[in-house]
Amino acid sequence: MEQDMNRRELLKDTGKFVILSGAARVAFKTMQGETVPEPEKDKYKAAEHWWGMTIDIDKCIGCGNCVKACAAENGVPDGYFRTWVERYYVSDDHPEKPEVDSPNGGMNGFPVMDRPDAKSFFVPKLCNHCADSPCVQACPVGATFESPDGVVLVDQKYCVGCRYCIQACPYGCRYLDPRKNVVDKCTLCYHRITKGLTTACVEVCPTASRQLADFKNPNDPVHKFMRENHVEVLKPHLATGAKTYYKDLDGSVR
Amino acid sequence: MPGVDGFMYPNEVELQWSILIVLYPYLTGLVAGAFILASLARVFNVKEVQPTYRIALLTALAFLLVAPLPLQLHLGHPERSIEMYLTPHKTSAMAMFGFVYLWYLLIVLLMEIWLDYRKDIVILSRTKTGFMRLVYRILTLGSQNISEESRRVDDRVGLIVTIIGIPSAFLLHGYVGFIFGSVKANPWWSTPLMPVVFLFSAMVSGIATVLLVYQVVNKLRGQPVHMFCLDAIAKYLFYVFVIDFSLEMLDLVHRIYESDESFRSLDFMVHTKLYFSQIILQIMLGTLVPLVLLGANQVMKFGESTRRKMYTVAGILTMIGIFAMRWNVVIGGQLFSKSFLGYTTYKVEFATREGLLPAIALLLLPLGILWVLLKLLPPGEEEQTA
Repeated sequence: MEQDMNRRELLKDTGKFVILSGAARVAFKTMQGETVPEPEKDKYKAAEHWWGMTIDIDKCIGCGNCVKACAAENGVPDGYFRTWVERYYVSDDHPEKPEVDSPNGGMNGFPVMDRPDAKSFFVPKLCNHCADSPCVQACPVGATFESPDGVVLVDQKYCVGCRYCIQACPYGCRYLDPRKNVVDKCTLCYHRITKGLTTACVEVCPTASRQLADFKNPNDPVHKFMRENHVEVLKPHLATGAKTYYKDLDGSVR
Repeated sequence: MPGVDGFMYPNEVELQWSILIVLYPYLTGLVAGAFILASLARVFNVKEVQPTYRIALLTALAFLLVAPLPLQLHLGHPERSIEMYLTPHKTSAMAMFGFVYLWYLLIVLLMEIWLDYRKDIVILSRTKTGFMRLVYRILTLGSQNISEESRRVDDRVGLIVTIIGIPSAFLLHGYVGFIFGSVKANPWWSTPLMPVVFLFSAMVSGIATVLLVYQVVNKLRGQPVHMFCLDAIAKYLFYVFVIDFSLEMLDLVHRIYESDESFRSLDFMVHTKLYFSQIILQIMLGTLVPLVLLGANQVMKFGESTRRKMYTVAGILTMIGIFAMRWNVVIGGQLFSKSFLGYTTYKVEFATREGLLPAIALLLLPLGILWVLLKLLPPGEEEQTA
């Protein structure tokens, strides 16, 4: 009996709360309508952009913030990388045989190594968002594609998990997500850049080594960057149309 | 990192294509090879291999039915594989496999077998009783006409199908080679020779399969194993093998002489991780020994039982050698980093979806299917009833 009473009271109180909070919502909405303009729908026009990235090798300090931020932002599974940082040691005796390491993708930085006999530098890597992507060419069902704004994406609801694209990528940028059994890769934070934000890796880079570039935007600093520096893409002989440009890339980098 | 020497791009440490993908070109190759041997009898009228005609066709069918299974088992989402037919991506070398496969299965192989067996099927549908009668009645596809005239039509259409079948068999396996040969990111695979090498190695393995299957099947069925037939198959095996080996050596010599950026890496691999499977299994045991055994028979005269033993040993070693070749292509192509700075390891799992156990099952399954096919469509029936 007492329980019944309590239930009735609870129902009454809940009813009041629902009505009041509903009213509050309406009031808030009205207020919002007056002060904050509604965001324009479909403001982002893919045809007006052509995305890529620039990386200034000399500015990278190998802190691994980009790798951490990418993993956190995109839920990258442990042991796999949408972006990673490599450390090169190139000796003057054997410039064609560099020593490279990337412990856990460089996520936690690098152990100190004193090597006076060699030059050393860091090379951040990510999907090159190639304009003539071998991975897109290889996909048997068209699950991976180039967006009109130049980003190579995977439709994970469509991917059959054959992994032909992983074989086709010359840069090792793709992996099979063991949780979903579909291919995953860098999306250039497509969910962010289409809202006017930059990528997670660029956001956290303390030295601004990485820069998101919109080649179709005449005001983007990338144009000045490309004009005034020696830039190169990775494995240019493969003619993949890579759009990740490195400033002062050493010839030993693969 | 365990299993890694030197530097691999971090995502490369894990191998993507397992032993199941080794089986795929292996099984497809056997199909193409067995079919081409059958066409020797049919189109080129090579009388000596006539006794193997039907066995070769049924062997090809048994292996063809199993060929897509390892692929299916390997997919991350097997339930989506139908998309390859519904929404094929036309620039993808892999997307066309389904169509080449279906063309080959439905238009070439099933049609040729049906036309060739039609008379037997009609007779069986009249003589058998119960359930089997129903099965054969269905297999007649409603055609009961086995007049001389209709048989002549069967023969003519069958010949046309076989003539279309030969380039189709070439296409089927050359195409499998192209799937690998067109990957420019991978220097171990990327060569225009790949489809040609795949094709000739397919013929080698298919002929070797028929050489073995013919002996076993006819022993089990209490039918004679004709020595003239074995001699002819062994002769063809030898000639095709010489071409295949020359092509593979051409590839090797070319790589060594050109020594491009990948050479140091690939050379190291052949001397270490691939030494056993490439040098010992593929080249020495799987190629040179069978070539010597088969070649000796072309220049010397051995006794019948010695010849039989030499052919059988050569056949078995050939099958192992071609399997090793597929292994070295598929697995070998994934052991080195595309940075050419390091190597990873492939550990075969056992009782997992892509492990050794399903691989063995998939290798045995065609033999089971072949047994059923031989029961259903006895190859000797024509001689007995005609």
